[in-house]
Amino acid sequence: MSRRLLVLRVNGLAREAAVDEHHTLLEVLREDLHLTGTKHGCELGECGACTVLVDGEPWLACLTLAVDVEGCEITTVEGLAAPGRPDPLQSAFAELGAAQCGYCSPGMLVSARALLDANPSPTRDEVRHALAGNLCRCTGYEAILDAVLLAADRDGSARAAAHVAGGGDRGDR
Amino acid sequence: MMRLPPFARLAPRTLAEAVEMLADQGPGAAVVAGGTDLYPNMKRRQVEHHALVDLRAVEGMRGIREEPGGGISIGATTRLSHLAGSSAVPRALAHAASVIASPQIRNMGTVGGNLCLDTRCSWYNEPEDWRTAVGFCLKAAGDVCRVAPAKSHCWAVASSDLPPVAIALGASVRAVGPGGERTFPVADLYRDDGIDHLALLPGEIVAELLVPPVDGLRVTYRKIRRRGSIDFPELGVAASVRLAPEGICEAATIVLGSVASAPVRCREAEDLLAGRPLTPEVIEEAAAAAAHPAKPQDNTDLSHVYRKWVIPIHVSRALQSLS
Amino acid sequence: MTVDPSRTDDLAVVGTRRPKIDAMARLTGEARYADDLSMPGMLVGRQLRSIHAHARIRSVDTSRAEALPGVVAVITGRDVPIAYGVLPVSQDENALAVDRVRYVGEPVAAVAAVDEETAEQALRLVSVDYEPLPAVLSIEDALDPSGVLIHGEGQGANVHKAVALEFGDVDAGFAAADLVREDVFSFAGNTHAPLEQPATLAALGGDGRLTVWSATQAPHYLHRALARVLELPSSRIRVVAPPVGGGFGAKTDILPHEVAAAKLAMVTGRPVKITLTREEVFHSHRGRHPVQMWVRTGFTSDGRITAMHFRSLLDGGAYGSFGVASTYYTGALQTTTYRIPAYRFEGLRVFTTKPPCGPKRGHGTPQPRFAVERHLDRAAEELGLDPVELRLRNAVEPFSRTVNHLRITSCGMRACIEEVVSASGYHGKKGHLPRGRGVGFAVSAYLSGAGLPIYWNDMPQSEVHIKVDRGGGVTVFSGATDIGQGSTSTLATIVAEILGLQPEDLAMVTADTDLTPVDLGSYSSRVTFMAGNAAIDAASKLARLVAEGAAQRLGVPPEELVFRGGQVAVRGDPRKSLSWAQAVRAASARGALMTSGVYWAPEMAGPYRGSGVGISPAYSYSAAVVEVATDPETGEVSVEEVWIAHDIGRAINPVLVQGQVEGSVYMAVGEALMEEQSFRRQGVHRGPSLLDYKLPTTLETPKIHTILIEEPDPEGPFGAKEAGQGPLLPVIPAVAAAVEDALGVVVHEVPITPDRLLRALRAGHRGKAPVIGPASVPSFEFGEPERVQPPVGSPAEVAVP
Repeated sequence: MSRRLLVLRVNGLAREAAVDEHHTLLEVLREDLHLTGTKHGCELGECGACTVLVDGEPWLACLTLAVDVEGCEITTVEGLAAPGRPDPLQSAFAELGAAQCGYCSPGMLVSARALLDANPSPTRDEVRHALAGNLCRCTGYEAILDAVLLAADRDGSARAAAHVAGGGDRGDR
Repeated sequence: MMRLPPFARLAPRTLAEAVEMLADQGPGAAVVAGGTDLYPNMKRRQVEHHALVDLRAVEGMRGIREEPGGGISIGATTRLSHLAGSSAVPRALAHAASVIASPQIRNMGTVGGNLCLDTRCSWYNEPEDWRTAVGFCLKAAGDVCRVAPAKSHCWAVASSDLPPVAIALGASVRAVGPGGERTFPVADLYRDDGIDHLALLPGEIVAELLVPPVDGLRVTYRKIRRRGSIDFPELGVAASVRLAPEGICEAATIVLGSVASAPVRCREAEDLLAGRPLTPEVIEEAAAAAAHPAKPQDNTDLSHVYRKWVIPIHVSRALQSLS
Repeated sequence: MTVDPSRTDDLAVVGTRRPKIDAMARLTGEARYADDLSMPGMLVGRQLRSIHAHARIRSVDTSRAEALPGVVAVITGRDVPIAYGVLPVSQDENALAVDRVRYVGEPVAAVAAVDEETAEQALRLVSVDYEPLPAVLSIEDALDPSGVLIHGEGQGANVHKAVALEFGDVDAGFAAADLVREDVFSFAGNTHAPLEQPATLAALGGDGRLTVWSATQAPHYLHRALARVLELPSSRIRVVAPPVGGGFGAKTDILPHEVAAAKLAMVTGRPVKITLTREEVFHSHRGRHPVQMWVRTGFTSDGRITAMHFRSLLDGGAYGSFGVASTYYTGALQTTTYRIPAYRFEGLRVFTTKPPCGPKRGHGTPQPRFAVERHLDRAAEELGLDPVELRLRNAVEPFSRTVNHLRITSCGMRACIEEVVSASGYHGKKGHLPRGRGVGFAVSAYLSGAGLPIYWNDMPQSEVHIKVDRGGGVTVFSGATDIGQGSTSTLATIVAEILGLQPEDLAMVTADTDLTPVDLGSYSSRVTFMAGNAAIDAASKLARLVAEGAAQRLGVPPEELVFRGGQVAVRGDPRKSLSWAQAVRAASARGALMTSGVYWAPEMAGPYRGSGVGISPAYSYSAAVVEVATDPETGEVSVEEVWIAHDIGRAINPVLVQGQVEGSVYMAVGEALMEEQSFRRQGVHRGPSLLDYKLPTTLETPKIHTILIEEPDPEGPFGAKEAGQGPLLPVIPAVAAAVEDALGVVVHEVPITPDRLLRALRAGHRGKAPVIGPASVPSFEFGEPERVQPPVGSPAEVAVP
């Protein structure tokens, strides 16, 4: 077993940690970097609770070695909101009750964020498929699907408004 | 929290280096790419590896290329989501990739990983204390198969989605090992043995999947599972047919996944189709015959009886979609 | 000033759609769940679990584990020998097995070490010498008189609880019937699978006080059990429930790891955290009982029920848990939907060597509800009546008494039925959809809080305190635990309504036995109703104090003041007003601003043993129509759409109510089609993982149309009733009915797996009756029932001749 000093880019910041090579990104985020927003429900890749974005794509932190994502841009739920300005997904989830216990929400939100970044106006069915690897035990998913579509709508309106105002494509994050 | 046991991780930059590292580490070392199959198995202490050769950084192993002579080469560390979204590959292959596990696992898992997926069994893919309670099985330190205790054979199931459709496409695998490289049909990668299920030579690494030009071949893949996501196949049906202009079937390939320790070719059914039109009657006859070589055991989610029952139905539907 | 919590108009915040006040915390990673907590010097605990379904422990040798560097303590059953249980009648469980194990996965020893890897390594070094005993895995085996006793020595039947009650003259009712029908049903066990794996952090302070942060739904019951097992006065223990990641009943019982973490913290003097793995969550269980049921009902030719005899047999697992209550619940609520003039109930719970069953969403009532609704569908067929019409003809009346002494108050069942039948187009679809598609219908009722606490006492079931600081800040203290259902927000909304504030203005302190007054817990759908009424009481008292101060300043009697929009104003003259902060300052000059509110449920228990189970201050009603698409060749079923109407009384926050309804529907679909906690003959779980235990994903969950029926309940806070459990109940039988409509297969068992359905379809092809379900139920001699005189005004008095 060997330990390495690792620099991870998490939520836009370079974070240094001395990491056992066999430790997963989940362990390093939660236990070394104290970013406990990322949850875990099985640690075997079966529930999606630990989903984080690696270079913008949803990955399972429980099956990713931290050493394997050195140099990648990692986004966790803590990195979604700008200070004082929640991600439109977070606002929509709050308004529509898409987070009940909230335990699946960190993973659900980043999966949804990746979807909207790749496909700003998805259909309901596309949202369902994009979130099919994130289990939720509380909501019955309806509010989650609605919230993602609402956030997409608002993203779209914001982009359109920005465009009309000559601001171009500013993005919302 | 389920954690990985310690291991040495090696990160070669070239395939030759990877082969050399794997050889140096000796028995007990393995290769890993996405880790979505291996790491859960290691967390459950089904397998132990003192060293893992991580292929992610190996140059030239990732990506989909059109071959000069026609056909497609798919690097072994190409991620499944890339394959699923590729318009360069046959649609049935992309479809098979798109129904593997979950979106996250497709972003991480690789083509080589799915081709080499460990066989699975409901008596094996369980945590260590569960297996201690039941007693260990042939595949993991035990001396008896829990599925068919009278037999000394391991019945763990080939549960990957790509191999059946790759075989139906006539695809090949290029493997590289200490003795050099060789290319062989995908079907020859597998042995009907739940333990020693890959017919790779010692130290050999799957480098790429080579798909010949489709050239009018009609191909399809059906995956049967309980949920539309996350689950492994309970049954996979791949079929391909080449039809003459008047609708006569010139050649057919039917391959079943998840009914044995290797993908199962349905030769009898294929022979019944050859030289005949794909009428409903012919399809029903072939579909019934397709179930003959399958011997599903009671070691997956849905019962073996059920899986045997529905083989003809899904083969029939697969063939109908091609007619 | 006056506060009328039953008022239904002119509400400022109650009834408005708004985010939960803790939504953002749970959406940003800010909320710290139990496993997110850590402390300096914290140790990690793990439990060694039995590998036998049933065995005597000859000895446990921990010496090698203790010698492992990094291991700080190893404890066994000898260190926590006092048995406990959530019910006073079932003190039969030890945190670590003392001399016997009764299920695979039962904790035997616990280790605290510097990290989890070391703790796990230490577990491998503990050697347990077992003497295996026969496993007992079914009700039939448990009842075998020559079988092994699970509790006690020797041979005998493993009966945990047997009850037999008769209300009214059942024989006469059957004699008066034109049709008497019998059916048998089976409901498989399943589990809650909250996404958060339970975790507990315990720490002993320098002052010798023990603090336990635990993912629990009922801090008060945990508090009591810890005091008992650890032999500490309650005053030396503080239990805190951090935000909980889902419960559904899984975190209501006292779980062994909670006791083990506390004991390890006491032994080591260092903080100890135990977080279960997913496999361990399946061992911890306390989920839905597998139940076999037999029901016999008499009907007149026009479909009126003359008598019902219901028998249920529950496979309880290894320990009591809530099982006595579960047993009664399988017989209690049949009468809350239908006028049953004479009723006999026989219930039996047996011990088996499997993880203990307990309360899961709907506690003990989804199984009988499935049976009764399917049974009524059968009767409707035989009587040539429409299933909806049969329900309507027997529908219970509002403000009535049932034959088993349950007090019915508000009842929106008819409205629920009319709404779902109309919205779904049920009558145009039933029997008319193409083969493979079908619709089903069912109704149900559920408690708004159990009428009695788990242990007998005459104290309030809920208390809420409110404190106001001089700047006007309001802090609400409640023992209720927010497990995601939004109870904290609901209480904030209620208090805000009365004080004329916004819910977001309030500081909420919850679920902390040092700081908050007792609330019995987040179970039996009791928090909105009971803590809500306590909150109304506390807020009304506070409003009175503030009004008195403000009235003096404004020169009007306090009765003239209203609280609205952050102002305390003279009714009819809004210009004469004080801001909330000014009013608080005026009132503070008269003394401290702190109030207590309480809620006692009314006396409702009937004159018989067991009458404490089933009573509730109000019942919610639900009706569902389910549409399925099936594959007649493969037996696959997909629930396409669900229309559900729920009689909520009043939705304090419709967003949260709708969320509870949709979540209930989702969970019901899983139970109807794919979820099953089943075991191999060795007594091991068939698949203790989220891969093998099938939770529906986004792709299996139907489109849900939620209709809220708001007929305010006279005793509910602002008329509110429950939403968290009731809406699960009608969906399971409605799915089964829809599958029948689609394929003509009789469905008397769940889950309806493709295996089972295809087997039935193939039997049909061979000319046999296509049935999913049991042929009989195990036999048991219940003996003569306790005969109970029905109450005045119950259907018994107006029974058909």
